Amino acid sequence: MSSNAQNIPTEFPPISVDHRSPVRSDGSRRKASAASLVRPVSAISTDVPKVGLSDICLSYKTEKGERLLALDRINLQVKAGEFLCIVGPSGCGKSTLLHLIAGLHQQTSGQVLIDGKPIQGPGTDRILIFQELGLFPWLTVGQNVEFGMKMKGLGKAEREEKIRQYLRLVHLSQFKDSYTHQLSGGMRQRVALARALATEPDVLLMDEPFAALDAQTRDLLHDELERIWAETGRTIIFVTHNVREAIRLGDRVALLTFRPGRVKSEFPVDLPRPRHLEDVAVAGAARAVLDELREEINRSLEVEYQDGVKPHVKTEIEQ
Amino acid sequence: MKRAGRYIIFYPGLFGLWVLLAELKIWPPYLFPTPWGVGESLWAGFADNSYWIAIAVSMRRVLIGYGISMVLGMLLGLGVSSNRFLEETMGGLLVSLQSLPSICWWPLALLWFGLNQNAILFVVIMGSLLSVTMAMEDGRKQMPKIFGMAGRNLGARGFQLFWHVLLPASLPYIVSGLKQGWAFAWRSLITAEMLYVSLGLGQVLMMGRETSDMNAVFAVMVLIVAIGYIVDGVVFKSMERHLQHKWGLTVAT
Repeated sequence: MSSNAQNIPTEFPPISVDHRSPVRSDGSRRKASAASLVRPVSAISTDVPKVGLSDICLSYKTEKGERLLALDRINLQVKAGEFLCIVGPSGCGKSTLLHLIAGLHQQTSGQVLIDGKPIQGPGTDRILIFQELGLFPWLTVGQNVEFGMKMKGLGKAEREEKIRQYLRLVHLSQFKDSYTHQLSGGMRQRVALARALATEPDVLLMDEPFAALDAQTRDLLHDELERIWAETGRTIIFVTHNVREAIRLGDRVALLTFRPGRVKSEFPVDLPRPRHLEDVAVAGAARAVLDELREEINRSLEVEYQDGVKPHVKTEIEQ
Repeated sequence: MKRAGRYIIFYPGLFGLWVLLAELKIWPPYLFPTPWGVGESLWAGFADNSYWIAIAVSMRRVLIGYGISMVLGMLLGLGVSSNRFLEETMGGLLVSLQSLPSICWWPLALLWFGLNQNAILFVVIMGSLLSVTMAMEDGRKQMPKIFGMAGRNLGARGFQLFWHVLLPASLPYIVSGLKQGWAFAWRSLITAEMLYVSLGLGQVLMMGRETSDMNAVFAVMVLIVAIGYIVDGVVFKSMERHLQHKWGLTVAT
């Protein structure tokens, strides 16, 4: 995978053939049960990337009237079924990049291509899971999951069937008629995931989805997400500031620079799945990314503390 | 309950004061009606159906007028809140028009629509439209932006987006504005009805004045207050409570 990237760490073992079917805790491999969720793969062409970002630039006017360059010539290719993680210091525009791919904002120049074709605004082939989730509090869990399908004009029976299917996928079947405020943070994450998946997008865009969760819930959701990714075969672009999380989940990690956001380097992650956050190999791979990220964080701190003090991050910033 | 206790003291006390003042006969009954006089008037009015008819006529008008206001006001508010140009131009105009008592539209309404029901409806609409518009505008601004983005992200467009996302998302923020709009509509209606033979509650009240029947005047005032209170306290209260429960703003009891 990802042969075009620089900085390929060579000391990691090659990716295992069946890395897409993580071993469950009971040792069984889970695949058949969700066969209906998997898209036919025949349509996927190998040379055209699923998502292509070509020379994406974004600049905007500040209050003072200066033009600020937020994203600078971003070029990234994501293969169908690939799990790409984007890391970078806060303020590097990684969330903005996801909004651009989702079509919710317009870039200043450059193109977002899906299957080689430029996008026209938002589309249900790319669903973004917002950091704040944006679940609709006036709808029940089931109705939230139904929403995208309803907008698409799917029939009632089909919608009901899919609601059941996707709630089962995220283990929330009993909560179909609850309102979202009655659920815990981790459960709400899963509702958002089910709502996004129910529209059957090719590409899932996730914006720091697990940042606000406690460590246990996050670990659990990592496993869940990896399983769902393996079962549904979606392309995932996952934005995070947590390097270990990126290594834990991604096939490849792209590092963005601080203001303007540029792709500094790409790291293929050829570790066998399932991985764990505490794995030595994960920590080792994270170190390489962290070293480069640290430079960017220091740059961002220098900009933010412009009163002469120049704090530097020396120790591990990941918890 | 403490609140019930306060009601039990306050309302009978108020009633007692009325009885006392009436019994002292400081003012003649045609200036200050007695509770029984008003009671008799109410009884008679309902018995000969004239109050029922008046209520029905008035309610019909206010529902039509307020309904139109709601639809127009929401669209207008949505337009003003989502368009910079409209916001900067119409926005200020709306606020200044709000200071105009709706009955000021009456002379114009008479010329435009003639002395009929449409003129009354026009005054009702002008009375409540601005409240609803401004409520919608504010609600749209206060509403977290994420809902609109999430809706578009999931494929909602145009009217779908308004109906399924923007409207429900702004409801908790606009419900107090809708309530205010209702109060303005109700007041405008009664005022307009007092100005000509209109069959509604306002006209029944004026009939009482013309026949110097203070009991009837008081009785109709009681009715107007009661209806206003019922709509406010029952319809809007339950709507608010329902919304709060759904949104998890309060612990459901």
